Amino acid sequence: MSPTLTDASPVATDPSDGLAIMEQRGSRAETYGIPLAVLAELTHRCPLQCPYCSNPVELERGGSELTTEEWKKVLTELAEIGVLQIHFSGGEPTARKDLVELVQHASDVGLYSNLITSAVLLTREKLKALADAGLCHVQISFQGNEPVVANRVAGLKNSHEKKIEAARWTRELDLPLTVNAVMHRQNLHQLSDIIQMAVDLDADRLEVANVQYYGWALKNRAALMPTLEQIEQTSRIVEEAGVRLKGILAIDYVVPDYYALRPKKCMGGWGRQFFNISPSGKILPCHAAETITGLEFLSVRSNHSIAWIWQNSEAFNRYRGTGWMPEPCRSCEFKEVDFGGCRCQAFALTGDAGNTDPACTLSPMHEQIFKMAESEAAADHSRFIYRNFAGGTLEPDDNDGA
Amino acid sequence: MAGLRNRNISVSEASRPIMPRHAKLKFDEVRQRWVILAPERVLAPDDTAVEILQLCDGVRSVEQMIDQLAAKYSAERGAIGADVIAMLQDLADKGFLTEAREKAS
Repeated sequence: MSPTLTDASPVATDPSDGLAIMEQRGSRAETYGIPLAVLAELTHRCPLQCPYCSNPVELERGGSELTTEEWKKVLTELAEIGVLQIHFSGGEPTARKDLVELVQHASDVGLYSNLITSAVLLTREKLKALADAGLCHVQISFQGNEPVVANRVAGLKNSHEKKIEAARWTRELDLPLTVNAVMHRQNLHQLSDIIQMAVDLDADRLEVANVQYYGWALKNRAALMPTLEQIEQTSRIVEEAGVRLKGILAIDYVVPDYYALRPKKCMGGWGRQFFNISPSGKILPCHAAETITGLEFLSVRSNHSIAWIWQNSEAFNRYRGTGWMPEPCRSCEFKEVDFGGCRCQAFALTGDAGNTDPACTLSPMHEQIFKMAESEAAADHSRFIYRNFAGGTLEPDDNDGA
Repeated sequence: MAGLRNRNISVSEASRPIMPRHAKLKFDEVRQRWVILAPERVLAPDDTAVEILQLCDGVRSVEQMIDQLAAKYSAERGAIGADVIAMLQDLADKGFLTEAREKAS
């Protein structure tokens, strides 16, 4: 038989990239190449203070957030232009009092909805109301497999215990569950136990995501960077578990850039198959894009439609395709495989977002960042700078060695 | 490690498959084609897969589906039966079909 299913593009990395299959027949989605899935960061407010938070260091205050009506209008517009899935994220999306209403609206306009949450603000009643409103999937982040490490990383007492409870409710309500585990030097030793925890929680999927170093994580790089030995062991553990748990737990693995040989195809290519919307309505090519200075990002509050911003705005077109590339990318045979890697990382490490991502061995800076990663990991500086609206707070000296 | 539940069902003529809550079959009006929506994924099923998935309501057995398809296409039952089961098993292995079951409240 011929293949009955064609994979038409996961949100993150996508080796097969079947996007073209979805963009046939002269539809509006083809005209604009509208992404299949969009990430809605409803708020930057969050009770957790994780030192690797993917939000920008300059967090948007509650007062600038889109209103309920504005978000509903956005959801309607997204469905109309061909977006199929909406990921409600943050900050902590459940900090929004109108989340059930927004999930219901997503269902009403035909969007498949996913909740990406720390889960510490959830109650069983709230989760039930979200399920009744049509929520399709829940993703809960975990900082470790037990409270000592997990609560320290989250910077919040009792958070791990609350997450475990919320994960159980999720399955009791028959909602599918993904466990998201962000991994770094100070919790990688728990990986095997985290995998078992995901099995015990009856999760469908586990994301083992090594920290990506932008924003808050870049500030905390010295405290988070794994050793090469840890990474090698991690790959072995993930591979073994993948085989052992086939049909029981699907495991997605995000490798760390600094120890890579080839750069990741970040966001599937800039402005190619993904955008996210910030709490105040800015349309961004990725959640870290605002770390690149000198780019202006338009808002849903502007006079332009979302499709227009995606298609025409300067920020989206700056690094779209391959025309912007300098050497060594320009003449590289992989330029349409990885699109030069990650623009935010190129900016963070070289000062110019138009350079080759130093994660690539062909970057003149590759050797330097590899050595930097090794030496930072070896120095074993372990105090975190916690994420908050004040620009970060250094962990007390007596907190970390426990 | 006892009691690990394998999520993937084994499809037989007695099975009464249904799509799980996290997988949704939907007609995408903008692109004018059927899609399966699942966590972090969008898949594009072909016409045959769509027709078979639409029969998977958790009530109808695979046996009944095969009868129905054989009648509709005036095909020999044995010939399409194997194909239907193979396709359903493929969909089940990918996590897009489950067995109808009593809900624990």
